[in-house]
Amino acid sequence: MRLRLESRSEPSRAMLVASPLLAGGMTLGAGFLLFLVLGQRPGAAFQSFFVAPASSRNSLAELLLKAAPLILIAQGLAIGFRANVWNIGAEGQLTLGAIAASAVAIRFDGVGAGWLLPAMVAAGALGGMAWAAIPAWLRTRFHASEILVTLMLTYVATLALSYLVYGPMRDPQGLNFPQSILFSQAALFPNLVAGTRLNVSVFLPVIATAAAWLFVAKSFAGYQMLVGGLAPLAARYAGFSETRSVWLALLIGGATAGLAGVGEVAGPLGQLLPTVSPGYGFAAIIVAFVGRLHPLGIVLAGLLMSLLYLGGETAQITLQVPYAVTGVFQGMLLFCLLGSDLFVFYRVRSARGRRRPRVDGRP
Amino acid sequence: MGEISAHATPVPRLALRGITKVYPSVVANDGIDLDVAPGEIHAVLGENGAGKSTLMKIIYGVVAADSGEVRWDGEPVTVGSPSEARTLGIGMVFQHFSLFETLTVAENISLAVPGALRELSARIAEVSERYGLPVDPRRPVHALSVGERQRVEIIRCLLQTPKLLIMDEPTSVLAPQAVEKLFATLRHLAAEGCSVLYISHKLEEIQILCHKATVLRAGRVTGEIDPRRESAANLARLMIGRDLPAAAHPSPAVEREELLGVIDLSLAADDPFGTPLRNLSLSVHRGEIVGIAGVSGNGQKEFMTVLSGERLVEPFEAVRLCGAPAGHLGPRARRARGLAFVPEERLGRGAVPPVTLAENALLTAAHLDMIRSGFVRIDQTRAFAERCIREFDVRTSGPDATARSLSGGNLQKYLVGRELLQQPKVLLVSQPTWGLDVGATTFIRQRLVEMRNAGTAILVVSEEIEELFEICDRIAVMFGGRLSPAVRAQETSVAEIGVWMTGLFPGSRAGVASGGLPCA
Amino acid sequence: MTDLVVPLLAGTVAAATPLVFAALGELVTEKSGVLNLGVEGMMLLGAIASFAAATTSGSLLLGVVCGALAGAAAATLFAVLALTLLANQVATGLALTIFGTGLSALLGQGYVSLTLKGMHALALPMLHRLPVVGPVLFDQNPLVYLSLLTIGAVHWFLYRTKAGLILRAVGESPESAHAVGFRVIRIRYLATLFGGALAGVAGAYLAVAYTPMWVEQLTAGRGWIALALVVFATWRPSRVLLGAYLFGGVTILQFHVQALGLAVPSQLLSALPYLATIAVLVVISRNYQVIRANAPASLGKPFHPGD
Repeated sequence: MRLRLESRSEPSRAMLVASPLLAGGMTLGAGFLLFLVLGQRPGAAFQSFFVAPASSRNSLAELLLKAAPLILIAQGLAIGFRANVWNIGAEGQLTLGAIAASAVAIRFDGVGAGWLLPAMVAAGALGGMAWAAIPAWLRTRFHASEILVTLMLTYVATLALSYLVYGPMRDPQGLNFPQSILFSQAALFPNLVAGTRLNVSVFLPVIATAAAWLFVAKSFAGYQMLVGGLAPLAARYAGFSETRSVWLALLIGGATAGLAGVGEVAGPLGQLLPTVSPGYGFAAIIVAFVGRLHPLGIVLAGLLMSLLYLGGETAQITLQVPYAVTGVFQGMLLFCLLGSDLFVFYRVRSARGRRRPRVDGRP
Repeated sequence: MGEISAHATPVPRLALRGITKVYPSVVANDGIDLDVAPGEIHAVLGENGAGKSTLMKIIYGVVAADSGEVRWDGEPVTVGSPSEARTLGIGMVFQHFSLFETLTVAENISLAVPGALRELSARIAEVSERYGLPVDPRRPVHALSVGERQRVEIIRCLLQTPKLLIMDEPTSVLAPQAVEKLFATLRHLAAEGCSVLYISHKLEEIQILCHKATVLRAGRVTGEIDPRRESAANLARLMIGRDLPAAAHPSPAVEREELLGVIDLSLAADDPFGTPLRNLSLSVHRGEIVGIAGVSGNGQKEFMTVLSGERLVEPFEAVRLCGAPAGHLGPRARRARGLAFVPEERLGRGAVPPVTLAENALLTAAHLDMIRSGFVRIDQTRAFAERCIREFDVRTSGPDATARSLSGGNLQKYLVGRELLQQPKVLLVSQPTWGLDVGATTFIRQRLVEMRNAGTAILVVSEEIEELFEICDRIAVMFGGRLSPAVRAQETSVAEIGVWMTGLFPGSRAGVASGGLPCA
Repeated sequence: MTDLVVPLLAGTVAAATPLVFAALGELVTEKSGVLNLGVEGMMLLGAIASFAAATTSGSLLLGVVCGALAGAAAATLFAVLALTLLANQVATGLALTIFGTGLSALLGQGYVSLTLKGMHALALPMLHRLPVVGPVLFDQNPLVYLSLLTIGAVHWFLYRTKAGLILRAVGESPESAHAVGFRVIRIRYLATLFGGALAGVAGAYLAVAYTPMWVEQLTAGRGWIALALVVFATWRPSRVLLGAYLFGGVTILQFHVQALGLAVPSQLLSALPYLATIAVLVVISRNYQVIRANAPASLGKPFHPGD
């Protein structure tokens, strides 16, 4: 029985919701197999990976703590992806945001004033935006692919960070370790829930989600960017500026990534280190897709991804499963989503039997 | 009693019995029977949407019929793919050419025809000579005119010595003189025994060229006749089921103030395959329709992007809108001044396919109170879309239907309606009725004339000369990036316009314009 | 002077080789209209597969072959999603990179500290005695020679054979190619798999010849640089060579500058290849006309016959 794909005239509403769930299910199934291959008892592995992280108050706080930057960045990236602007360098923009915020914290260390933290937040957003402005300028002015430029800049950002923590921003009393001073209390986000690491910065993604929803569903600027992504000729015809769209897309993404960077250094890290993010900038890309580029979907996808991160850490300790498993799961999740998305736009039909010559001439 | 007739009917080259093809939204072909004799030029006549293209795709193996039988030289066959069709001896020249722009003529042909490139060039030269289809095998296709590209397509088919040649709407891209040459080629082929299936909706051509015609309407055969013996009225009735609507000839326009002006406009092409514009001058006045004739590819697209504001020009006075310079204004600023534009590409440019009709209204009509403080007023967009659907007879489920779910004719009615509801002072329209059925065509032309009577200045670009003569007050011709003077429709003729379409108009350099794409 | 220049040039050639392989493979893929951003992932999978095979079996050749197969297998995954299931090519390529990075790290756990006797240089008789050119071009390991042969082979294939003509036609207009009767999807599959195999060889080269070892992220972004190289070369094989050697030079420069004792921060030197990539991209992309005239017109767009 041969199958063929038939294009739907309207995307299937049912599948729009079902496909991420289908993808999640497939990933779990693939994970099952993966654990078997790694020589683990799948049941125990599942427990460690997916159940344990959500089971205690502390681990729930950790879940939210990790989900926050993912959701924050993904909201910004999704707006860009809808406009066909592919910001792959959120990791680098996050790094620059962390550097900028740290610079403020270090410069004004000891000044226990109320404006310090907001200044750091602003610096972080600006730092991320500045790093994203480079690909925006190069694309609008020189048609250079933002995919490659943002990626290259991510490597450069990591190297810049390394230079700074080994050099100018290193703690002079730090015994030569590559790290900055520990930030003072005024330069840290206040704690939200006692006994956990959850801090006030978790409100940033909440604000970002609301703002993203307003922008995407209701604003004319959001509409213009959407048209630019779906039908560039129509956007030209309508007089929507492609330049403006590209700049907006990259600056918004850079700002959210930069904010996530502040959230890390002024939050769980408390200082500037050679690594400020376990790949949030890249994982956020997946979160954006699995969330179907929709503000609410991204929240759910962010929580799922955070679960995968925590699961990886837990599994590493309790099961001695290598941490790299997390990366494998992330990739599989995205693959499964892309595959199941097929059903949103196409339906599968059996190819009708090829015409057979009929002797009598009539069906 | 048992005598075998000396004149037994010859076995048809191609015979179709009961061909049926059903798509989710329409029955494209419904029990079609067709017979084509060897050496016969057989027309398949029908308006747009009658099912002609689908039938040809079935014959050529691109699409599979749901039921029915195909017989080739008397034997039942299944044509599973274009290459099987070619093996049988069926060749097809598509309406939209399947050529590769960055490859040469010879390379293009070698893709479809087995054989080494070198010896192929010799054969190309031989065929091209024999059938009067001059073309240079070494030229890249992107440098060829539309007429030359069609010749490449035909030569590609001929090199496989077809016994049946299918021509799908071949003259829609040709100037009148080139049509003559094409007919000569086809007659030559028929005389040698090759059958020709000629798909068209142009009655006069079929009467001149074809031996037999099968008329399709709404997927069914409504008649099989000798076109040379039938009147145009009869053919039309078979085609559309009623008499051709009488065209509403506009009354002669009185000269009024200029609303759209172009003064000595020149522009380089921004596309490696585009046409530069040279010294264009034109004036469109209030209450008149000016038409631009010409085969696509002579700069019409580029000209429209300059008028719409998608491309800016210097000096700013080269384009004047409602009396003031506008060369520096983008599309939104020009719409604010009273401009509206219906582009020739509907899905993808005039409308965003996956987005609803209400949301598509925002594309150009947003300034009609649909935005407040940067936010979209969804109720207003839907109200506008509903009004448009009502007043322009758009058959659809409502303002929440996606643009791509509409048929071509209905989408075009919506797009025209969207622009007309903005009460523009100046309206630009490109290929307003291309590919539409007679009902939608008449409707749109009627509305354009009504707008004109109400005082709008309208500029129409069209490949169909008949359309221009039907609705325009004045007509100009575009060739090789240059524009002829605009003459009153009553003071010229189809023949004269046809000559101008080859570049021979007053004020041009005689013959081929230097640079740009000469198209004939 | 020559004892500075010759090692510099020789090192350039060696450093450029993985870029040559990866970029050539991606060029063929893109010529058919498919944009596969997963080069980095495919290279990493090729690297670990080759390292594992070589250390287990002792045969370097087997290692390279396994690398190619791993790259092709990864490319198949991409092809199924992007060509058959019609997923967005950009997202699928990214997914492949993320997946490949993670999977190679996972599989490579046990190989991190292993050592391998890497591929030795194979001096070509007599040729390697030529002044300057000799040691630079003719005293390299066999994979370097293979890379040069591959350039020639790909050029010949694309521009002198009918199959190459068909591939280019598919890349320009899959609809027209389909109308003429070619199996567009199958041709794209083959082009994608070829690209994957070469990416795998690039990774294998890094793991068994260049720096015979395995660490996570061994490729350090070379896959992305290869993608930029294809644009820089305006999709022509001969220019891939030029671009790759330019990059190889920039990479090698790092070590030589340090040797010269200049007080340049090491991170800046390490950043040079990435900055150079950006510069090169800008220079080549600004001439939009040239890109439009040379880029396969259907690049990145999904094709579904009957749509």
